Amino acid sequence: MKINVNGRDYKIAAKPWRTLLEVLRYELGFTGTKEGCGTGSCGSCTVLMDGKAVNACLVFIAEAKGKAITTIEGLSREGKLHPLQQAFIDEGAVQCGFCTPGVILTAKAFLDSNPQPSESQIREAIAGNLCRCTGYDKIVRAIMNAAQAADKGRV
Amino acid sequence: MNSYSVINSRAPRLDAPDKATGRAFYTDDLYFPNMLYGALLQSPLAHARILNIDISRAKRLPGVKSVVTAKDVQIIRYGVSPARYDETILAVDKVRYVGDEVAAVAAVDWETAQEALGLIQVDYEELPAVFDPFEAMTEGAPQIHDAYTRNICAEVHQEFGNVEAAFEQCDLIHEHRFVNKRQDAAFLEPNNAVAVYDQLGYLTLYTSTQVPHYVQRTVSMVLKIPIGRVRVVKPYVGGGFGPKASASTLELAACLLSIKTHRPVKLHFNREQVFLHSRARHQFFHTFKTGVKKDGTLLALHNTCILEGGAYSSFGIATVYYAGSLLGGPYKLPHMKYDGFRVYTNRPACGAQRGHGGVAARAGFEQQLDIIAEKLGIDPVELRLKNIMEAGDTTCNELNMSSLGMKECIEAIRDHSDWKQKKGRLPKGKGIGLACGFFVSGAGYPIYRSDTYHATVVVKISEDGGTVQLQTGSAEIGQGSDTAFAMIAAEALGVRYEDVRVVSGDTDLSVDLGAYSSRQTLMTGYAAKDAAEDAKCQILEVLSEALNVPVEKISVRNGLVFFEGATPDYMPIRLAYIKEHRGWPYDDRPHDDHLTFKEAARLAYLKRGTIVGTGKYKPPKLGGSFRGAAVGTSPAYGCSAMIAEVSVDLETGEVTVEKVTDAHDCGLAINRTSVEGQMEGSVAMGLGEALFEEVKFNDQGQIINASLGEYKIPTALDVPPVQSIIIESNEPNGPYGAKEVGEGAIMPTIPAILNAVYDATGVRITELPITSERIWRALKEKK
Ligand code: FES
Ligand code: FES
Repeated sequence: MKINVNGRDYKIAAKPWRTLLEVLRYELGFTGTKEGCGTGSCGSCTVLMDGKAVNACLVFIAEAKGKAITTIEGLSREGKLHPLQQAFIDEGAVQCGFCTPGVILTAKAFLDSNPQPSESQIREAIAGNLCRCTGYDKIVRAIMNAAQAADKGRV
Repeated sequence: MNSYSVINSRAPRLDAPDKATGRAFYTDDLYFPNMLYGALLQSPLAHARILNIDISRAKRLPGVKSVVTAKDVQIIRYGVSPARYDETILAVDKVRYVGDEVAAVAAVDWETAQEALGLIQVDYEELPAVFDPFEAMTEGAPQIHDAYTRNICAEVHQEFGNVEAAFEQCDLIHEHRFVNKRQDAAFLEPNNAVAVYDQLGYLTLYTSTQVPHYVQRTVSMVLKIPIGRVRVVKPYVGGGFGPKASASTLELAACLLSIKTHRPVKLHFNREQVFLHSRARHQFFHTFKTGVKKDGTLLALHNTCILEGGAYSSFGIATVYYAGSLLGGPYKLPHMKYDGFRVYTNRPACGAQRGHGGVAARAGFEQQLDIIAEKLGIDPVELRLKNIMEAGDTTCNELNMSSLGMKECIEAIRDHSDWKQKKGRLPKGKGIGLACGFFVSGAGYPIYRSDTYHATVVVKISEDGGTVQLQTGSAEIGQGSDTAFAMIAAEALGVRYEDVRVVSGDTDLSVDLGAYSSRQTLMTGYAAKDAAEDAKCQILEVLSEALNVPVEKISVRNGLVFFEGATPDYMPIRLAYIKEHRGWPYDDRPHDDHLTFKEAARLAYLKRGTIVGTGKYKPPKLGGSFRGAAVGTSPAYGCSAMIAEVSVDLETGEVTVEKVTDAHDCGLAINRTSVEGQMEGSVAMGLGEALFEEVKFNDQGQIINASLGEYKIPTALDVPPVQSIIIESNEPNGPYGAKEVGEGAIMPTIPAILNAVYDATGVRITELPITSERIWRALKEKK
């Protein structure tokens, strides 16, 4: 079976009931995808599947067949950070960092479909991503800033 | 304003780029060739005698490499406080809570290890269990530990001044009871450990801990390996908040299995096991009786507290002391009496969590202050300001407030929230409330009795003089300590922040007691400054000699060397430096019209060998000499005040926190963004405990909400925007005047919300969490 991760095809030997999370972390070494609960409740394992944010712990590898997966490792290209990553660093939205890859990918999918969101829309969008460290304020601001920066870029 | 070059700024965190790109390694991200995977067999019963354990079938399962029970080790008891070592690596004779670890397995993969657990046959004789601390204290209740009758794990009785006599002088005495619930720390990274035992008998343990040092000592003691042969390494940690501040069976079993198999062994807790292991916030049953004069002057407090502690002591002795001592301030309170009991029950052990021991006490007491203010017809802000302590004051239990911006905190939140316009004038269903708090900036004494340094730090300059490496055993667990130490070292050396690299969280690097009691900024920070100054001094001595300029006339800032008076001819040093680096990119060569730190440091290296500065910190003798005086002493105290604005749906009782104005005195803020981060994170954690967090059990002692789906912590929709105001006092005992923020910031959150809810509804909720049902009931009763 083949899946495409961060633009590259991988041949997977795993049993079909393995989760995408297990395959990404333990078979392919994309350890930036985190496991906080394993039951779809925390969002630490969020990756993009054909551009949509999904909890990788709830996706059987068979369901990922032929899909394009983006993990946090695939967001920056040749060392150049994605504007969201830069904004998280600049705003101090990263503390322990365990939620960070998941939040950033959720925000990426969200901004792709809603490039000029309000603060409450951002809060709504990341409500499935738990963060115990930051109190969310700086995360919300980082996403807001990334959106604004992208907006300016377009003009 | 001050004239610092690096500290007191918003320097971006050192670890943020790695964390934002998925490059940061946490313990579960580690992989070693030939690694085995472990699993723990845990008790399904709350209290039972172990009659027999049959591991033979598990051992025969292909792929299983080792199965261990208590029989396979010499049993050495451990725990947190040496006075209460009541834990064993695996259960001996008895299990005491659902989740108590009975056996451990190592196999070639997770599945095999799990399957092996199912093949272990344990015969239990079920014993009566007790879950309620009041019941546990009665005569004839099931006894959980032989040595502790009536299940009293620790008992405290203290009196400062004369409370009874003082009550006679009071115009108003109010008494009320306040109860919180067990909270789970709910850090996002479940605990993990990988042990690697090598051929020479050295053991390396990679673990998601807050305290590499204490884990090292525990492993050494329990497995009888000399300290120097045990190395504990803390990769990045996904939050701790207290429960990761002591050694666990997870870590010890990984070590044991690695020693038995001579292969690396990885063990982890799944989320349910994190709940079972617990070691988080106790449940406290407080009764406060407070006496005041008509004008609001506080005279006396009698505080009684029962703590439901679970099956083992963990931090419990300290917790029960803190639940009393942390009411000594920040108000002048001449008479204080405290009676505390920590009680064993057949539930997971409670331990330390952010604001250790003081959070429920603070919540209930600040609520009581509001009740008293209302009865006396005094504004809650005024009542507090009237009694507030100032820098230099000492509490009745001998805690010295060497700096205290408490008044400034209150005034700041009052003015930033329009308190005067809002208090008492909001429509029904809207409310505003305030509370204060203070907390230790590092425990004054280590957990085990010792003269040890609390922190040592090494600062090493690279041979070219261009990069500074700071080595510390302290624990970056998300709070930003690595960044703070880099900033402190850069400031002290006079180099750029970007040129300091921190390696931390490894017992090979230095002694450091770790991330608990909100201690690292002050203590490790002090040692970091000390080490940097030592290195700088060595470099300047060499430079002084070479240029024939007295050391006092040389200073370093932003990587450049400045001379008081005439600039000496440093060209020979520069030319030598350039010569040594001939052919290197121009950018790397010193070319400013100042001698650079790099050139000076290179010169020092050539004269003296590798330049290594060392620093250390140990608090001076602190506090009183009464029993338990050590708990609550600290070289400094952080303090905070918060105003919450809430709206309550008077039909359903649902509470929404709409706005928070928060002020914290952290001495000098080393990194302003990180200070705010701690404040905002504290608000969220306090809000969760106030409004909905509660670990729930059934009557068998099983947790019924042991998942992040059922145990609700705040999401981005629950936490309002927080206005964080940093108040800066100058703490004489801290590096550059800095002190804590990590734990103290949580103190005022719960009571501010409680007081706001009262303002909105007219009903006092005295039991957490403030659920809509509780409010709805209270409103109905009031009608
Ligand atoms: S690990 Fe997938 S949602 Fe928590
Ligand atoms: S930064 Fe720690 S959980 Fe979000």
